[in-house]
Amino acid sequence: MEKMSRVTTALGGSALTGRTMHCHLDAPANAISVCRDAAQVVVAGRSIFKIYAIEEEQFVEKLNLRVGRKPSLNLSCADVVWHQMDENLLATAATNGVVVTWNLGRPSRNKQDQLFTEHKRTVNKVCFHPTEAHVLLSGSQDGFMKCFDLRRKDSVSTFSGQSESVRDVQFSIRDYFTFASTFENGNVQLWDIRRPDRCERMFTAHNGPVFCCDWHPEDRGWLATGGRDKMVKVWDMTTHRAKEVHCVQTIASVARVKWRPECRHHLATCSMMVDHNIYVWDVRRPFVPAAMFEEHRDVTTGIAWRHPHDSSFLLSGSKDSTLCQHLFRDASQPVERANPEGLCYGLFGDLAFAAKESLVATESGRKPYAGDRRHPIFFKRKLDPAEPFAGLASSALSIFEMEPGSGSMSWFVDTAERYALAGRPLAELCDHNAKVARELGRNQVAQTWTMLRIIYCSPGLVPTTNLNHSMGKGSSCGLPLMNSFNLKDMAPGLGSETRLDRSKGDTRSDTVLLDSSATLITNEDNEETEGSDVPADYLLGDVEGEEDELYLLDPEHAHSEEPEYVLPQEAFPLRHEIVDTPPGPEHLQDKADSPHVSGSEADAASLAPVDSSFSLISVSHALYDSRLPPDFFSALVCDMLRFYAEQGDVQMAVSVLIVLGERVRKDIDEQTQEHWYTSYIDLLQRFCLWNVSNQVVKLSTSRAVSCLNQASTTLHVNCSHCKRPMSSRGWVCDRCHRCASMCAVCHHVVKGLFVWCQGCSHGGHLQHIMKWLEGSSHCPAGCGHLCEYS
Amino acid sequence: MNRGSSSPSAAANYLLCTNCRKVLRKDKRIRVSQPLTRGPSAFIPEKEVVQANTVDERTNFLVEEYSTSGRLDNITQVMSLHAQYLESFLRSQFYMLRMDGPLPLPHRHYIAIMAAARHQCSYLINMHVDEFLKTGGIAEWLNGLEYVPQRLKNLNEINKLLAHRPWLITKEHIQKLVKTGENNWSLPELVHAVVLLAHYHALASFVFGSGINPERDPEISNGFRLISVNNFCVCDLANDNNIENASLTGSNFGIVDSLSELEALMERMKRLQEEREDEEASQEEMTTRFEKEKKESLFVVSGDTFHSFPHSDFEDDMVITSDVSRYIEDPGFGYEDFARRGEEHLPTFRAQDYTWENHGFSLVNRLYSDIGHLLDEKFRMVYNLTYNTMATHEDVDTTMLRRALFNYVHCMFGIRYDDYDYGEVNQLLERSLKVYIKTVTCYPERTTKRMYDSYWRQFKHSEKVHVNLLLMEARMQAELLYALRAITRHLT
Repeated sequence: MEKMSRVTTALGGSALTGRTMHCHLDAPANAISVCRDAAQVVVAGRSIFKIYAIEEEQFVEKLNLRVGRKPSLNLSCADVVWHQMDENLLATAATNGVVVTWNLGRPSRNKQDQLFTEHKRTVNKVCFHPTEAHVLLSGSQDGFMKCFDLRRKDSVSTFSGQSESVRDVQFSIRDYFTFASTFENGNVQLWDIRRPDRCERMFTAHNGPVFCCDWHPEDRGWLATGGRDKMVKVWDMTTHRAKEVHCVQTIASVARVKWRPECRHHLATCSMMVDHNIYVWDVRRPFVPAAMFEEHRDVTTGIAWRHPHDSSFLLSGSKDSTLCQHLFRDASQPVERANPEGLCYGLFGDLAFAAKESLVATESGRKPYAGDRRHPIFFKRKLDPAEPFAGLASSALSIFEMEPGSGSMSWFVDTAERYALAGRPLAELCDHNAKVARELGRNQVAQTWTMLRIIYCSPGLVPTTNLNHSMGKGSSCGLPLMNSFNLKDMAPGLGSETRLDRSKGDTRSDTVLLDSSATLITNEDNEETEGSDVPADYLLGDVEGEEDELYLLDPEHAHSEEPEYVLPQEAFPLRHEIVDTPPGPEHLQDKADSPHVSGSEADAASLAPVDSSFSLISVSHALYDSRLPPDFFSALVCDMLRFYAEQGDVQMAVSVLIVLGERVRKDIDEQTQEHWYTSYIDLLQRFCLWNVSNQVVKLSTSRAVSCLNQASTTLHVNCSHCKRPMSSRGWVCDRCHRCASMCAVCHHVVKGLFVWCQGCSHGGHLQHIMKWLEGSSHCPAGCGHLCEYS
Repeated sequence: MNRGSSSPSAAANYLLCTNCRKVLRKDKRIRVSQPLTRGPSAFIPEKEVVQANTVDERTNFLVEEYSTSGRLDNITQVMSLHAQYLESFLRSQFYMLRMDGPLPLPHRHYIAIMAAARHQCSYLINMHVDEFLKTGGIAEWLNGLEYVPQRLKNLNEINKLLAHRPWLITKEHIQKLVKTGENNWSLPELVHAVVLLAHYHALASFVFGSGINPERDPEISNGFRLISVNNFCVCDLANDNNIENASLTGSNFGIVDSLSELEALMERMKRLQEEREDEEASQEEMTTRFEKEKKESLFVVSGDTFHSFPHSDFEDDMVITSDVSRYIEDPGFGYEDFARRGEEHLPTFRAQDYTWENHGFSLVNRLYSDIGHLLDEKFRMVYNLTYNTMATHEDVDTTMLRRALFNYVHCMFGIRYDDYDYGEVNQLLERSLKVYIKTVTCYPERTTKRMYDSYWRQFKHSEKVHVNLLLMEARMQAELLYALRAITRHLT
């Protein structure tokens, strides 16, 4: 039946024509509905109830249904609906709670057919069954929904929502028996028309009243709801629990929502208050409406697509007493006007942003004043000619690149790899790290490590060899190292004068760099003062920290490191886990101890013997006699760590934290530590220093950090025969009871490490494959693929 | 005019109702005794309130959390008979006075003072004078409206209309306030002010309707406190029978046995429930019923000879005797019956065209975020609050009664619900109750203990407080609807 009607309309109205037009009504409209022939529209309101014919150029009033001398409240319509099967049948919902049906085929002037006065409060919505000729549904403020059979005098069944007022009822287009209702308290209920005792399903869709809903015309399970909370949500009702699949945020409470015909993801909305426009949204793009109709001067109260298979004509009625036909091609499209904007920071200090062209123009216009100092020195700004946002409003994409060499991060990578963090006595660790730092030219860091050794290594623990070795030019010969102020005095003595100069210069340029990269437009003038006025007795740490930042932005070495950490190598431990062991905390240990990992540079560094004979400070025995307990310094050390972290060198902060362990941990609050750890790990991972990052995670004592290694360690595999996931064991499929992973060399089941070629996906025992590939470059399975093992 | 001459010193704090004044004029030697009641309310015996109070820890918690004065004031004590409601009340009041909002804190209290002054509610005025000073308000402002910035003074017009005849508010009033200029209001500020005004007008109704006593401890005497602490005439505070009143005993409810009165009400409710199912009044009939109710409300107060003094007289008395006139202009402006003007027929406010749920909420929440949710919760709470009891009867569905009260208040402000049969009001609300409702919502300062006592004699005090809450919220919503509708019209 439905099919038939569609065919006829498709034939009859195949060429809908018209233009954007409007006509004045005598009174504000509350609702509109279209006849199935798409040639007539009915408008209803408190004091209007008329049928207009939609002609090529204008609306023509065809019939006034509001007859009689005394206007009755029965005619004060809150909603109107035209039957989609019968051109003569209409129903209205009156504000006084009456449901009225109208038969246009009646010969008399009064077309009123039947009157149902069963609801006690205003009826908010009426809805005809999409395929059944005589079934009408109503939802009222009194919290009840009633189903009427038009051949009978009263309702067939009553549905009680058991919650507050009903705002909308809609028959499902596909499911013959189903209808949805929305409520003032935010609930949506699904009912079976045959079962009035209880609803099939109920869920809370919105915060506050749900004013409207609409079933998707094609997609069986999709229901769009709009609420006072300014949202339109699209629900997938086919699943066991209603699932929110899309959400559109509008700027005002949503009064009506209607799916656009023939456009799967489009829906039209209008709002209840304040906003007068009609929007058509693409639900996949929830922030910018696809189209916007701005004709109305007061809130739009009713919208309807003119024809169920035509996507370009939209009709609307409004409180401003006009009826409009909108043509989609005349709509304003905000998307066209919106400029793609974005900002992203690259790993090596590159910065890209997209912004409106005019904005960029003014920015570069300002360049002579503010930017001339920074762009030529540190950044190369280039306009990307290949606009990635083709077809949209144009935005300029600007990329600021680092001048090669101006911000290398090689020190970071080197330091990360070579630092020793655990596994040896504290003194050795400190000495080793100091040496690493010194070799990289980071004297202040080296100095810090040395100081730490002095502070924390009690005489009994420090090997005497170390002490004997420490002979240097800074030796203050028996002067007891008392406490912090010595640091300051020693600075010129330890770092040579030239070095200090250099660091001054760097400090300055670095500040410039940071300023410009961070704020880009605002350019402070305090660079000179900051850079040049470093006093001679500037606190050691200050100079140090700023120098660090300089390195932070140096990409050249980091680039060269990358190839060493390409994917295949990293993939090994992962696969090893999948097949080999059940997920659990021991993983961590396994992983770190597996030969592949321990072969990494980081571990090698930590295991490598170290000579600690480079310390510049001589620590005489006199020092120990007047020595203060390490606790005395802990506050100072904490300050130092915070200082490093603030300067951007979390590496130092975390390294010291790990090396010193319990000695300082208690003095720094858990959250700060966690923050440092996560930042450092993030940095390490950006530089593909997976092993180091893993080590750091392992050594950290912060719970939140150490569990990073335990999260998502499981990777599920599918059976190679039946393609089902293998849940219990990695090598036997529960379904087809076959062993999934056979070794291509020995033809036995692989229960441990399984390695396979990414090209032909054949593989087997790690050892076997390794051996095989030593002798042959072809795949052991005989598939002819030239496998590579790296 | 005759305060100084006639009031003995002991009663100087209390205003005299005209009736007493008449008596006094005749016989100046009459001794006026101290009021008998102490406790939070002059109408409700102390033990009723306190009893309920001592058990309720929740209330204390709420007070600590939300009370602006930081103590259990009398309003809170009386409201705590309905702890559920109290929470949403305190929460919203706290939000509009203390939390983030467009207006500075002292301004909020000053607006509260202005609002309360419209009904000469010295209780609220005193409370907010203290708060005003505490939050750093300029003491000079308390000397009267001439001392405040023009901007606040401009609010006077809307305050006046909102308090007495909200239907007169038009978008021109709004435009005048928000028109750019030196003293203009931004829309969010205006909405905040309107919410405060409506809240305090309504609260004044509650204060008078429940006979809230002045706070016990007048330790702060900053010179701005009003001397006249309340408007209850001593004759009201004393027992009913002190002064013989012909008009009251002569009216229809005086003699009826109160018990059968209750039975009759229950009977009527039941009948209405059944009736609705089979018999339906015609549309014309419905309209007539609304008009009739509207018109009748006109005679409700004026028919009562006890309070039938000419308007001007009354206002003069009140204004001069109370000390609040400095916060208001045009003190003679009072409630005028919506239905009175036959010639210039004002359009009825159709509730369905501008409802709180659909329109008011969205607007208010948009301009003054979150207050919408709080008010929404409060309205919902008061409308749905029920213990399913009526006096001694249990398991009664009181929905009908609550709706009648709510809609009757709206009816007096000219708001009509299409889906309501106003015949029900006539059936359910007896004349004495109508008198009370009209007085509390329209001229709260004239409420007397006699009025409070004369309706629903079998009902518990907590139920009467419930009635007061309903009246208060209905009034607040009506004011808000008119004000917000004007703002909406200004926006479109």
